[in-house]
Amino acid sequence: MGQDVQAAADNSSAAAAVEPILDVDGVTLQYKTKEHLITATYRVGFKVYPADRFVLLGPSGCGKSTLLKGVAGYMTPVEGAMRLKGREIHEPGPDRVMVFQEFDQLLPWKTVKQNITFALMNGGKCSTQKDADELAMEYIKKVKLDRFEDTYPHMLSGGMKQRVAIARGMAMEPDILLMDEPFAALDALTRLQMQEELLQLWEDTHFTVLFVTHSIEEALIVGSRILVLSPHPGQVKAELNAHHLNHSNVGDKEFSELQSKIHNMLFADRILEDELAAAEGAAQS
Amino acid sequence: MNTLPQTVVRPEFEASDLDAANHGDVARRLTAYERLSNMDSVRKFSILILFIAAWEIYTRASGVSHFLLPKFSDTAVALFQAIWSEQLLIMVWNSITILVTGYAIGLAIAAVLTTAAITTRFGSDLLSTLTAMLNPLPAIALLPLALLWFGLGSESIVFTLLHSVIWPVALNAHTGFMSVSETQRMVGRNYGLRGMTYVVKLLIPAAFPSILMGLKIGWAFAWRTLIAAELVFGGSISDTAETQSGGLGWFVFSNQMDMQIPHVFAGLFTVILVGIFVENVIFTNIEIKTVRRWGMQTS
Amino acid sequence: MDTLPQLVIRPEFENTDIKDAHTGNIAVELSIVEKIWNINGIRKAVILLGLVITWQIYTVALDVEPLMFPSFLFSLERLLVDLFTGDLIFKIWFSVKVLLIGYSAGMAIAAVLVLWATASRLGSDFIATATAMFNPLPAIAMLPLAMLWFGLGTASLVFVLIHSVLWAVALNTHSGFKNVTETLKMIGENYGLRGVPFVCKVLVPAAFPSILSGMKVGWAFAWRTLIGAELVFGASSGSGGLGWYIFESSQNIETEGVFAGLFMVILIGIVVENVVFRNVELRTVNRWGMQR
Repeated sequence: MGQDVQAAADNSSAAAAVEPILDVDGVTLQYKTKEHLITATYRVGFKVYPADRFVLLGPSGCGKSTLLKGVAGYMTPVEGAMRLKGREIHEPGPDRVMVFQEFDQLLPWKTVKQNITFALMNGGKCSTQKDADELAMEYIKKVKLDRFEDTYPHMLSGGMKQRVAIARGMAMEPDILLMDEPFAALDALTRLQMQEELLQLWEDTHFTVLFVTHSIEEALIVGSRILVLSPHPGQVKAELNAHHLNHSNVGDKEFSELQSKIHNMLFADRILEDELAAAEGAAQS
Repeated sequence: MNTLPQTVVRPEFEASDLDAANHGDVARRLTAYERLSNMDSVRKFSILILFIAAWEIYTRASGVSHFLLPKFSDTAVALFQAIWSEQLLIMVWNSITILVTGYAIGLAIAAVLTTAAITTRFGSDLLSTLTAMLNPLPAIALLPLALLWFGLGSESIVFTLLHSVIWPVALNAHTGFMSVSETQRMVGRNYGLRGMTYVVKLLIPAAFPSILMGLKIGWAFAWRTLIAAELVFGGSISDTAETQSGGLGWFVFSNQMDMQIPHVFAGLFTVILVGIFVENVIFTNIEIKTVRRWGMQTS
Repeated sequence: MDTLPQLVIRPEFENTDIKDAHTGNIAVELSIVEKIWNINGIRKAVILLGLVITWQIYTVALDVEPLMFPSFLFSLERLLVDLFTGDLIFKIWFSVKVLLIGYSAGMAIAAVLVLWATASRLGSDFIATATAMFNPLPAIAMLPLAMLWFGLGTASLVFVLIHSVLWAVALNTHSGFKNVTETLKMIGENYGLRGVPFVCKVLVPAAFPSILSGMKVGWAFAWRTLIGAELVFGASSGSGGLGWYIFESSQNIETEGVFAGLFMVILIGIVVENVVFRNVELRTVNRWGMQR
């Protein structure tokens, strides 16, 4: 049945002209805890095209973060394959830079600029320190953090840390930027601001991003295309368009309708979720 | 009938013109005395002076036997003499040479053990079993064995020093590596760091607070072990030709035997000075330049 | 002309029937063998056994001179013999008694000092100066002085032990108190707590991780100091302790006795660190989630 989903995605005629950047093909991911072997996603398939702001949306336990870690190369699928520009993904690499939710993703022993240049030098993006410095400064300006380039991360606020992480990710100019609920730990006002800034940055270069969130509103604002996942284990429920929506549409009729449509999709199988809550509780302890 | 208190609705208002003139000083400088007494070092230094003065006055006024508690001035003179005659400096040098040798070899062995522990689960189990057993064992208790195996000489002391350094350092470094956050590990691998570069550029800095803690504890144990070993067996060890003049611990012990009490105090002062130098100059400076600057201080 | 890559708009689709029948087990239990091997205690016991067997085989097979390196079983036998028929048990009791007296006296003095330090800035400065001076001074170096002042006896040992415990505990407790967050202090004052109740009910629990680590360091120093002191001066203080037992054995070139003594030292160390302190930790800082 995962293959059916794949077929549906292939049928898109508009996509024929452009090659997808990322092709996730019937992927099942499993991981071990101390007591159990957990199936996080089951035969999930989707394709990400250049300039997509592709959102993985689902409740907790739908394996969306695990899926992102799979794409990043931290996990190997037990079934199916993931291909980046046609090459199968085996291990983590600088062609897919990840922005995490946790604030400690910045290396505390490096300043803001050093954090970015460290990535550029070690990721093979720049070969001389001078190039790396210039590129780093360019992106630090883009996220409006000039004046803070020589500050250590522990002096920055949560929002500023996430800006550095985003600047770092974009400076690497990866094939695809992976964002794992990057704004989830921020306060509501900062989150709003960061979403807007991310969209503005996208307008500049039209980079490709794979974005994980559990907020329907955030998915509609940030995403151009939304993959809705069901929980326990994660399976594809739908793939929807949201490229025409952003902050200015919040509260519009169309926005609200789409919002409640997704809401209904996610909570349709509440019963199944309750049934499996016990299993998950055992797994997480 | 409703008896709950009700909201009192009153008219809104906005302040249109804030009067800035009447605040007085927004910030006023403290007086010179207040500022001086707010400086930690000034206050601590005065306490030290007071302490020394009290000591001097007490010994002079009560006429306590100088075999029990010598005057501070006598102690200072003894310290000065001992330094001047170079006898004390040589002994300090002897102690430090042995200490540095033991510490360095101990660090190297700890590094090997920790590497084994982070690469394989067997190594990790082996290390935690060994540390659980040997860390609570005071190194000085091994000195009788060391004397048996290596004879009277600096090798025996180095052996006990090794034991006092290896376990705390390996234990703390291993814990440090284990508790490097999953996010930071993923960040490092995301940049394509592998093998040794991954360890050197990511794991070591990330675990540095813990490693530094291990280095400090290792130093503290080694320093205590060395003084104890010299105090206890310094005499017999100093009989051999190669370490003729003994170490700092031996200086304290031999002077006590000769009832040169001011010299005993002078020796203790030197022990304190070396200790303060290592802890408050060397380690504190490393701390300021690394973990404190990075905001990774845990306590 | 815009050369940026443009969005590829493609049709939406919905997957209306998800059957959960195909997914198999979402969570599968690991096998028994995997589970047992995942228990730390078992793997460590196996390693310990391996080490002991290696020792035994090495000494027996190579016929190592027992004076230099006795076999494991020989040492164990000596330990059991001395424990049940000899006076080793009294020597252990002697050491433990001295240790307990010194440790509790050191803790009491540390408590008084820290109380003074919380109450006044002079006290705080005093404690900072005194710990900075005395903490780097190995307690054992005070032994010659102690013997001069208190003579050859338990009093000297206790004096040295107090010195080894006091500064480590005072330093950690004081810095722990200083690091208690302003919020918690304000909450305590909000409840009307002042003076000693404030210290006992707010500061001590809030700074407990730090106090506990001070107590652990203090214990480690005290244990090392005691063994070191006894190694040499134990004989002069009457019956002597565990350290003296080791020294005596080595003087009589009964190396198996040295090992027997070391076993006991390790055993007591493990009991204190892994049973006493571990349990205190489990019941307090771990349960409160304050473990760093």
